[in-house]
Amino acid sequence: MQASDIAASGPAALTKPRLEAASPRYGEKLVIGLLAASAAISVITTTAIVVSLLVPSVEFFGDVPIKDFLFGTDWGPTFTPPTFGVLPIVVGTLSITFWSLLFAVPIGIASALYLSEYASPRSRRFFKPILEVLAGVPTVAFGFFALVFITPQLQKIWPGFLGDGPGIFSALAGGLAIGLLIVPIIATVSEDAMSAVPNGLREGAYALGATKSKVASRVVLPAALSGVVASIVLASSRAIGETMVVLLAAGNTPNLTLNPVEPIQAMTAFIATTATGDIATGTITYKTVFAVALLLFLMTLLMNVLSIRLVRRFREVYE
Amino acid sequence: MNSPKFIAMSACVGVLAVGASACGSSDDTSSDGSSSTPTGLSGSLRIDGSSTVGPLTQVVAEQFNAENPDVEVSVGESGTGGGFEKFCAGETVINDASRPIEPEEEALCKKGGVNFEQAQVANDALTVVLNNENPVTCLTVDQLAQIWTPDNPANSWSDVSDLDPPFDADIERFGPGTDSGTFDYFTGAVNGEEGVQTKDYNNVGEDDNQTVTGVEGSEGGIGYFGYSYYKENEGNLKAAEIDGGDGCVAPSEETVQDGTYKPLGRPLFVYVNTDMLQSDEALDPFVQYYVDNANDISPQVGFIPMTDEQQSKAESAVAGS
Amino acid sequence: MSDEFNPRTARAEIAIAGARGATAGILSDQPRRDVIRNSVFASLLFLAITIALVGLALLIGDNLIKGWPRLNMDLLTNGTSSLPDNAGLHSAIIGTLWIMAFVILFIIPIGVGTAIFLEEYTSKQSRWARAVEVNIQNLAAVPSIIYGLLGLAFVARGPLSLGFTVITASITLTLLVLPIVILVAREAIRSVPPSIKEGSMALGATRLQTTRKQVLPAAIPGIATGVILAISRAIGETAPLIPLGAATFVTYDPSGPASGFTALPLVIFNWVKQPQAEFQVLAAAGIIVLLAVLIAMNSFAIWLRNRYEQRW
Repeated sequence: MQASDIAASGPAALTKPRLEAASPRYGEKLVIGLLAASAAISVITTTAIVVSLLVPSVEFFGDVPIKDFLFGTDWGPTFTPPTFGVLPIVVGTLSITFWSLLFAVPIGIASALYLSEYASPRSRRFFKPILEVLAGVPTVAFGFFALVFITPQLQKIWPGFLGDGPGIFSALAGGLAIGLLIVPIIATVSEDAMSAVPNGLREGAYALGATKSKVASRVVLPAALSGVVASIVLASSRAIGETMVVLLAAGNTPNLTLNPVEPIQAMTAFIATTATGDIATGTITYKTVFAVALLLFLMTLLMNVLSIRLVRRFREVYE
Repeated sequence: MNSPKFIAMSACVGVLAVGASACGSSDDTSSDGSSSTPTGLSGSLRIDGSSTVGPLTQVVAEQFNAENPDVEVSVGESGTGGGFEKFCAGETVINDASRPIEPEEEALCKKGGVNFEQAQVANDALTVVLNNENPVTCLTVDQLAQIWTPDNPANSWSDVSDLDPPFDADIERFGPGTDSGTFDYFTGAVNGEEGVQTKDYNNVGEDDNQTVTGVEGSEGGIGYFGYSYYKENEGNLKAAEIDGGDGCVAPSEETVQDGTYKPLGRPLFVYVNTDMLQSDEALDPFVQYYVDNANDISPQVGFIPMTDEQQSKAESAVAGS
Repeated sequence: MSDEFNPRTARAEIAIAGARGATAGILSDQPRRDVIRNSVFASLLFLAITIALVGLALLIGDNLIKGWPRLNMDLLTNGTSSLPDNAGLHSAIIGTLWIMAFVILFIIPIGVGTAIFLEEYTSKQSRWARAVEVNIQNLAAVPSIIYGLLGLAFVARGPLSLGFTVITASITLTLLVLPIVILVAREAIRSVPPSIKEGSMALGATRLQTTRKQVLPAAIPGIATGVILAISRAIGETAPLIPLGAATFVTYDPSGPASGFTALPLVIFNWVKQPQAEFQVLAAAGIIVLLAVLIAMNSFAIWLRNRYEQRW
């Protein structure tokens, strides 16, 4: 017999405090179960999204060969005979995204640099809420703005040497409106990344005689690069998934072109125009809509995974 | 406290208060001429179908609702074809249609166990519209076919044969989607077969207003939709006269009613689920109201009323149900 | 300095002057070229952010100017109408209120519950927790129209079969904004110092009691902010409602969870699409109303956070 056993069996055993509750607390277990169920809802949602997109798509690809879908250039799924080449609307989406990034990336990064390196506290207090308000404007307002302000202004100022100006619907009008919409995404995420750059780097550069502009452009920006790239990827994903602006301002003509003044049809616009007012389940139109939605989902998922990786990288580098 | 935030807070409270106070009153849509006291009729009517007929049904529904505030009417515009799919599945009680029901759809309704009756409610001049800058005033069916054919459609107005006066802007086509009765009717009349048309056009789905916006904003634009959309936007667009073989005829009430606007003059219908006439007490009064008042309401919203002969036929179709 | 010539001080002076000269070259006023470059660079950056500001100002200003004639009480009391003179936002406001009421009802338990579960009851390393986290981040990036298709396939039809009603719209929007609530609630819970939780448990409280009585009350301002942000996001969303067959025209006000619906952004969207000039005015006015509501809500959320934020 050892000393600990004697101690364990002696009077101490009667008074040793127990750390578990005297009775199993079922109420608590129930609540924890409910909490876990809440957390599960987000997982169920993702599963539901994937299932709801996959099932009709699988049926769709039973009728339409994947190659024809992904590489065909004739998009007319509701016509007789229907054609299912999805390239025109994919190119439409990418064209709009391109023009929106062309506007938003310089503005966004420059704004982030300004806020992080140059702005006085009063300036920041003024401009940050502006960006927040911009981020909160509903997309239907952007679409309306594109239609009644951007398009007419573009038509007015369009220089003759570039050929015909944009018509009533154009990829450019939609692209510019979406560009304005995504500026806050690029600006805030990039600014976070730039703020995370340790001051030591800046001070070292100053000590070596760099000017402020050099510090900002040659030290801070490269150091924050993965965060900046993450912001651009996030913004692109947002632009790709944007519906209302393209629906109102970019047109509904499946057009395999990168020309910004021509009307195009984005994938989201196709879905929104075709899926209005409950389309009948099981028809080829229904399956086509979900196949396009699946493609859209995969594109944005890919970009999101990429941006998470990049954000994780910029956080890790400095911790 | 920070005054700007306080102002924002008050604004928020103000908006909520306004919303809450507005909640109290029931909505009051004014209408011309209805002065009857509200009846005790109640029910819920789901209507869907043609985007051409939809605007007429909406105004009828508004006025009917003013007299019968407890009847809830909803009017969707999924297109004649899309509407029939739902109608034959029993999801709607009335289908607006800008073309007669097709044999496949009749079979679908039979399969879904839906019996229906057809009543004409108006006439329509399917109008081809051009931009105001376009000097052309008259188009033959053949010229229309050159613009809308699936095989090598004309891309510029200068490619259209015998165009008078000449015009050289690029052609921009705007038109409805394939669920639209207007689409079916137009392609049948112009290209000879329903559903056959070039895909190189701005597909506005069921939103004919986008066609208006499109053609208005596009020098070489051409589009087609129901007459009411043209009437609502008369100054901003030009209606082409159509030469169906006997000379150029402009769309108008007279030319449709006497049949000279061809081949694009057509009747507009509603299809009613006759089985629901028993179960929903509001359905029959609504249909009666529609047919009785359609001719008064039509001119107000740019529709072409029925001739007396068509009117009496419609009335007998819905009577005795 | 004395008049006497002192070779030591003279050497010192020369040395000092030399040193001054050398450092002046390096540390003094920058060469003109660099000054200009700095100013140009700074101005470009400032210009960029001003462009963003101008864009926002143009958007709001254009709508304000265009919509001014119709910005009055009638806008809020008139119901839906195909005649622009009679049209107003009444049904839309009622619809939005009904939908948001249910969204709030759903996101608070689910969002806060998930946040509590992730923060308190799972370890950061567990695979389950990481999977849920990644899940939530991915959900936040899914295009909003896909949520609409999800609602069509699973809520309006499919297993739930709730039809095209207010409750369907609420569920769909709940799923859309849930990631926002979860994220903000987690931040709020995380910001409660561990010492509070540890102290509570040292006094014998169970984890649940600690959460209920200590952590949650402290996190409520943050959670409330998150709920308000989520609601303001949901109010402005149009795309998810489109596949849910929001009837474009209804003669009635939505009257309950099972009734057909319309919503503020949907009505505005329909107005935007009408080409008649009067509807464009209405659309602009409607957008101003929507923006006013959103700005008010966001300001309220920020005020709430600033007022009740506890500094530990």
